[in-house]
Amino acid sequence: MARSKDKGSQEVNAGSMADIAFLLLIFFLVTTQIATNKGLTLLLPPKQEDDEPIEIKQQERNLFKIQINSADRLLVEEEPLEDVTQIREMVYDFVLNFGAPSDKKKGKAEVSDRDVYESLPGSMRGYINRNLGSSESSDGPGAAIISLKADRGSSYDIFISILDELNAAYNKIYGERVGLTDEEFRKLNRNDPRQKELYDRARSGIPKAISIAEPSTVGG
Amino acid sequence: MSKFKKKSESSQDIPTAALPDIIFMLLFFFMVTTVLRETELKVEQRIPRAEQLVKLEKKKLVTYLYVGAPKDKSLGTESRVQANDAFIGIDGIVNWVSQEKSKLSENERDQITISMKVDEETKMGIIVDIQTELREANARKIMYAAPTKAKDN
Repeated sequence: MARSKDKGSQEVNAGSMADIAFLLLIFFLVTTQIATNKGLTLLLPPKQEDDEPIEIKQQERNLFKIQINSADRLLVEEEPLEDVTQIREMVYDFVLNFGAPSDKKKGKAEVSDRDVYESLPGSMRGYINRNLGSSESSDGPGAAIISLKADRGSSYDIFISILDELNAAYNKIYGERVGLTDEEFRKLNRNDPRQKELYDRARSGIPKAISIAEPSTVGG
Repeated sequence: MSKFKKKSESSQDIPTAALPDIIFMLLFFFMVTTVLRETELKVEQRIPRAEQLVKLEKKKLVTYLYVGAPKDKSLGTESRVQANDAFIGIDGIVNWVSQEKSKLSENERDQITISMKVDEETKMGIIVDIQTELREANARKIMYAAPTKAKDN
């Protein structure tokens, strides 16, 4: 009995199809990027009305000044700084200083600095009591403002690394407040009500007050 | 009497009938996950990396601005702003923002996020100008797009 000719139809040497598949896979892995929609978020201040000059005078102590000159050198609180990663710790200490926590209710959530202090976990309060509370640094998180001033000739690279450090400091504060690491806090999905509740609780009373000041045009 | 073939089958024992299916699955996977580039990038884009990255919530509410030195060297080495395939000047940003806003529904308009993809060599001067224009146009939610930086420690 002659076999039907079905066996013949597999004449295509299909052993190399696996190789083709792998080549295509590797090609795509190398060339395309799975669309990254991640980045550092920032909320700009509202439009500057010409008839309302920025009169809000902040006390020196409530303002954490970071300046970048055109050679990408940093001046943090009037002192030169070499290592950008130290900014993280400095901002953490600055925001949580509670030098003179007020009872004035501020912001949408209507919390005062003292309420914020009460809401912090014991470990944070311990740290604040031991190391912070200086009258030369910020009065409280509601009043603390970070001012970042770049020269027009500074590079974008250093700006991003500083913004990264500022966000890191805030995320560490928010995370610690609700018992998460800064990474876990960042990954909170605001569409899930429980995670949103955590997120809101962490941020209440501590606004991310990063102000990008008008740049100077003088280099150096 | 059937004669048994002495010669064994050549080594095509791997059942190869499933391979086309695998290839199609891979193809569909990539069609779904990668994004066909909608706009042709006309500027250099080596974006600096950062750690504290936040994912965008709604892809629909995002519009992109690309900043960098033009790829075409005849246009100079100064950083330019590209939006939707064409270079726009700093003064064109406000109009562009209102155009993008009009593509969204009324109540979504103030949630528009501008994602900026900026080359690392760009100077801050142009960035600050863009920020000022965005404030004018009331597009206050901005995001500096960046790939992830591996944590050193």
